[in-house]
Amino acid sequence: MTEKISEDQVKHVAELAKLKINDDQLPYFTTQLDKIIGLFETLSEVDTEGVEPTSSVTDQVNVMRDDVAENWHQQQALLDNAPDTQDGYIRVPTIIDESGDNN
Amino acid sequence: MNYFNESLTSVHSKLVNGDFSAKELTQQTLANIKSVDGDINAFLTVAEKDAVADADQIDQKGIDKDNPLSGIPVAIKDNMLTKGLKTTAASKILENFTPMFDATAVEKLKQLGTVTLGKTNMDEFAMGGSTENSAFKITHNPWDTTKVPGGSSGGSAAAVASGEVLAALGSDTGGSIRQPASFNGVVGMKPTYGRVSRWGLIAFGSSLDQIGPITRNVEDNATLLNAIAGHDKHDLTSSIKEVPDFTSALNKGVKGMRIGIPTEFMSQGLDDDVKQTVLDTAEQFKKLGATVEEVSLPHTKYGVAAYYIISSSEASSNLQRFDGIRYGRRAADVKNLEDLYVKSRSEGFGDEVKRRIMLGTFSLSAGFYDAYFKKAAQVRTLMNNDFAKVFKDFDLILAPTAPTPAYGIGEDVSDPMTMYMNDVLTLPVNLAGLPGMSIPAGFSNGLPVGVQLIGRPYDELTVYQAGNAFEQNTDFNKQTPKMGGTN
Repeated sequence: MTEKISEDQVKHVAELAKLKINDDQLPYFTTQLDKIIGLFETLSEVDTEGVEPTSSVTDQVNVMRDDVAENWHQQQALLDNAPDTQDGYIRVPTIIDESGDNN
Repeated sequence: MNYFNESLTSVHSKLVNGDFSAKELTQQTLANIKSVDGDINAFLTVAEKDAVADADQIDQKGIDKDNPLSGIPVAIKDNMLTKGLKTTAASKILENFTPMFDATAVEKLKQLGTVTLGKTNMDEFAMGGSTENSAFKITHNPWDTTKVPGGSSGGSAAAVASGEVLAALGSDTGGSIRQPASFNGVVGMKPTYGRVSRWGLIAFGSSLDQIGPITRNVEDNATLLNAIAGHDKHDLTSSIKEVPDFTSALNKGVKGMRIGIPTEFMSQGLDDDVKQTVLDTAEQFKKLGATVEEVSLPHTKYGVAAYYIISSSEASSNLQRFDGIRYGRRAADVKNLEDLYVKSRSEGFGDEVKRRIMLGTFSLSAGFYDAYFKKAAQVRTLMNNDFAKVFKDFDLILAPTAPTPAYGIGEDVSDPMTMYMNDVLTLPVNLAGLPGMSIPAGFSNGLPVGVQLIGRPYDELTVYQAGNAFEQNTDFNKQTPKMGGTN
């Protein structure tokens, strides 16, 4: 069987998607993704020369609206869903890791 | 009060007659859920206090005799936002999320005086076909509790089939209303793309997702679609087309209706009983005066590949918003912001969701986009053209809903490919944005088998008309599972 996706590629794709796949899970995900991408490749049999791609089937085109801000007056309800807040703000950790290990 | 012997119409007239109040109805329904749901696990959250209070308010205002949904308890799939009521999409990443607004479909139901009983179980983010991919519990099929209820709207379908509720909302991206409807012997409609607003539906595949009703019969289904359909300024893909009264399709018969059965849907991998059910249904339609002929949808075999590229690509984009910052689960012990994103997502998402995100990210990534995403979008065009060609000469397509009846819990989870292939008969309808409905049409070893009726874009009326005619001349939807249902 030719390999459609390697373990290194799976690692790279996971990184792009902000996911971490542990080394012990890497073979499991790679085998499954390889099989599915193999299925994806059956599409190469189809002649699509000159065929327009379909990205949506809505009958609505270029719907415009006025750019008006609406206040829902729900600041507290919003903050209640945030994992960490302070003084009406959402708290996040330091963006740059001060310990020097930034991986 | 036993929902197995009732419909929305019959319960409505009892409410109007004052046989019971909306509050009593809700209390009885909740008590029944309490006794039945231990075996079924259809619900993730039951909103006991709120439901009773809401019903009480409806009694104060008085039951509206012209509104069949006034005071009716309903169940909502847990990927639709419900204000003040926990909404998780069956994912750990949203286990503590409480929405601050209602999905438009939910809001429309509430305005008509329905009572939200609770939120139903599903595959995480609607990715799956058995409801086994829920992060919280496994739902059991009421007809045989060792079997899956299908998915991803398995909780909603099982809640209706077990007599816990008369009506529920599901969502359907590749078959997630119709396949569980088939597995549970109930009626499930995926409306035309754009018929129902997607505002407040937690997005999976935005060009495919639709909300739709799951009920015990076609009339109830049409009543529920009347309530949730229509344009919404919050969803710019929702159609401005006028919404007809879907119940006007009832009692019209199918005389002269031209029905096509796609040859490609009847071939490989189809269970014998399922195939026979479709053929028997075709005979019934002929007896009622319709013509039935074989038709061809030649690109059907490429549907699974095209669908999984498109839906996973859209999902990988939609699920970027779950980052542990503003809502949802945030990982502990993080060193910096990047670490927070990666750990929160890696801990919060289940394996199937990770698989789809990675498939989508791969299909959209530099160097692969043309070969995968663009190619799939072109094949989608060809598949849609196949449907358009058939609908020049036919009013309706009849097909099996799922290749098999409900399978055993644990049988199908190990191999995602098997799971994906199970969607082959339902997903073309999503790619083309057509209305499709599964109705109960037979049995296989005591398990219900559904057939699918597929209509032209925005022609839910013909779908309901045929479904109603079939139902009036058969008794499949009168069968009930042995357990549950009595209050």
